[in-house]
Amino acid sequence: MTRYDATVLAAAADSGQVGDPVVNIAIFGAFVLVTLIIVFRASRNNKTAADYYAAGRSFTGPQNGTAIAGDYLSAASFLGICGAIAIYGYDGFLYSIGFLVAWLVALLLVAELLRNTGRFTMADVLSFRLKQRPVRMAAAISTLAVVFFYLLAQMAGAGGLVALLLGIEGLAAQALVIAVVGALMILYVLVGGMKGTTWVQIIKAILLIAGAGLMTVWVLAKYGFDLSAVLQGAIDNGGENGERLIEPGAQYGASSLTQLNFLSLALALVLGTAGLPHVLMRFYTVPSAKEARRSVVWAIWLIGIFYLFTLVLGYGAGALVGPETIMSSPGKANSAAPLLAYELGGVFLLGIISAVAFATILAVVAGLTITAAASFAHDIYASVIKRGEVAPDGEVRVARITVIVIGALAIVGGIFANGQNVAFLVALAFAVAASANLPTIIYSLFWKRFNTAGALWSMYGGLISCVVLIALSPVVSGKVDPVTGDSLSMIRDTSVDFAVFPLENPGLVSIPLAFLLGIVGTLLSKEKPHPEKFAEMEVRSLTGAGAEKATVAH
Amino acid sequence: MCGYFGVSCATVVPLTATGPSGPAEVHVSESAQETDYQRVQRSPEFQDLRRRFRNFVFPMTAFFLAWYFLYVLLANYQHEFMSQRVTGNITVGLLFGLGQFVSTFVITMAYARWANQKQDAVAENLREHIESGALIDSGDPRRPEGSPA
Repeated sequence: MTRYDATVLAAAADSGQVGDPVVNIAIFGAFVLVTLIIVFRASRNNKTAADYYAAGRSFTGPQNGTAIAGDYLSAASFLGICGAIAIYGYDGFLYSIGFLVAWLVALLLVAELLRNTGRFTMADVLSFRLKQRPVRMAAAISTLAVVFFYLLAQMAGAGGLVALLLGIEGLAAQALVIAVVGALMILYVLVGGMKGTTWVQIIKAILLIAGAGLMTVWVLAKYGFDLSAVLQGAIDNGGENGERLIEPGAQYGASSLTQLNFLSLALALVLGTAGLPHVLMRFYTVPSAKEARRSVVWAIWLIGIFYLFTLVLGYGAGALVGPETIMSSPGKANSAAPLLAYELGGVFLLGIISAVAFATILAVVAGLTITAAASFAHDIYASVIKRGEVAPDGEVRVARITVIVIGALAIVGGIFANGQNVAFLVALAFAVAASANLPTIIYSLFWKRFNTAGALWSMYGGLISCVVLIALSPVVSGKVDPVTGDSLSMIRDTSVDFAVFPLENPGLVSIPLAFLLGIVGTLLSKEKPHPEKFAEMEVRSLTGAGAEKATVAH
Repeated sequence: MCGYFGVSCATVVPLTATGPSGPAEVHVSESAQETDYQRVQRSPEFQDLRRRFRNFVFPMTAFFLAWYFLYVLLANYQHEFMSQRVTGNITVGLLFGLGQFVSTFVITMAYARWANQKQDAVAENLREHIESGALIDSGDPRRPEGSPA
């Protein structure tokens, strides 16, 4: 232990690790053990598709709301936002506001209506009154795309986190840890289904929010519970640009192009959440629309309070650790929160926060995996390939096989993406969700005339425009650091440059385009309207008539 | 719109909606093609529920999106204004940002309260009528839930 008693934090950071890997691994191991026991207990009643995909619709609103917070608050939210505030100050705060306000779209327009009209997946709702097979196929493809981007970002993040928290530096050893995370995730989802996944997310959300809350009170106590004094600490420690930390523009104010980038991101964030398939699927785990509403109310409070914590933690890290120390540590901005934990509570608190960060990745990837498995088995296999002629247990069997395939893909993808700059993938996932999913969800719930062609134009148009614009943007090629001359793009070779689209987030173009395509496709199509299907959907969405009930008594 | 004032749609030709020259028969006839859900959809109770729902959520959505983008545009393009110190190191921008949190919490609670008090009972009543087969507006014999006429 004496090795880590070095009081100079910078020295610890320079050596490539902070804290005691043994403590970190022990606390994380305890989390895995406890959750595994719970997952095995929860798995006893996993018989039907409703059990496996929707946890028998037996969770209460508060339970599901906590699980939603656990699903939504990824490592990117926790480590990324704390780091962004510590380094860029105010501009980091802007992210968290977009992530939070977005929940009002889900609360007011989507959650309850979706719960009332669907069964397991987003595609249930989108294909309700349209042609089943093409619409389900499109919805499943866009679901898999969102999940893939999101999953890859989480798995790659796991590798970087390992370097920082466990002191594992070799790429091979990091690959091994990514494989362990992936294998654990497969086990949780395979055995526990939605019920096990939900419990993992609930436990993780409680640990994460309690841990962040403890650190927040600790930071505030050091400054006499005066937020202005915390900000002053960050300003004092921020060097010559310290004052700019409490002003907007440090990250996005550089040019009119970066400002446009921010506008695009802000649009994707606020409209993306209500189109994220793994978030939408959580609404099916409660017995009624009223409980879905309660879920979102709980989720909004938990997520909002958590983001308020990150504001204090980010500036606290700036004040107590300092941006230079953070940027010179192996995890760069992502290490702001762990370094702050070490500064406050030493090895033990760092161990807890590290374990929570791992648990975060585990819980989020588990939620993504079950969503992808449900979408493939329920939408593509059962509805498109088998045309609905499939025994319920056959569908669940396919879902379980899909879990293994997706888990394996995530492990391989995570190992390849390790060390890559993949932070943009989460923003891309939000952009795809906002472009490919949200317009069709809104139109099919509220627009009587909307038809199959409109849905397909909007979904494929949104998805393809997002992916193509990202491929042609500076995040993939041609972005060069003006100071060092190094490439900042995914393709490291600076001589390769096909970035003809200047924005790093496609949302500003792809979201309005997808909304427009939905209208154009609908108006150009000669498909006969189905007023009786719209009547059924509208009546069911608002009254809950015929909605799927809980399969197990409480 | 028929069915208001407690008058059955089957007997009254509505003057609104499609207008005199349009296919008003859709609204008035007890045609064999009409499903249970369409009858419920036409009922004044459901129309009322739907109108109140849309009158709440659409303006509220417009409001919070406008408020959010006002904030985003100010933070993006009005740095000087947002950088003014109000007290100590608390800037206008920080208060605006915290204001987004407050407005989100307030809208959330206002919606939940409104939906619990005003909508749930009506929706529940309609749901029970539909699922028991006793349709509000129907002269037809009862039939099982969800089956088309």
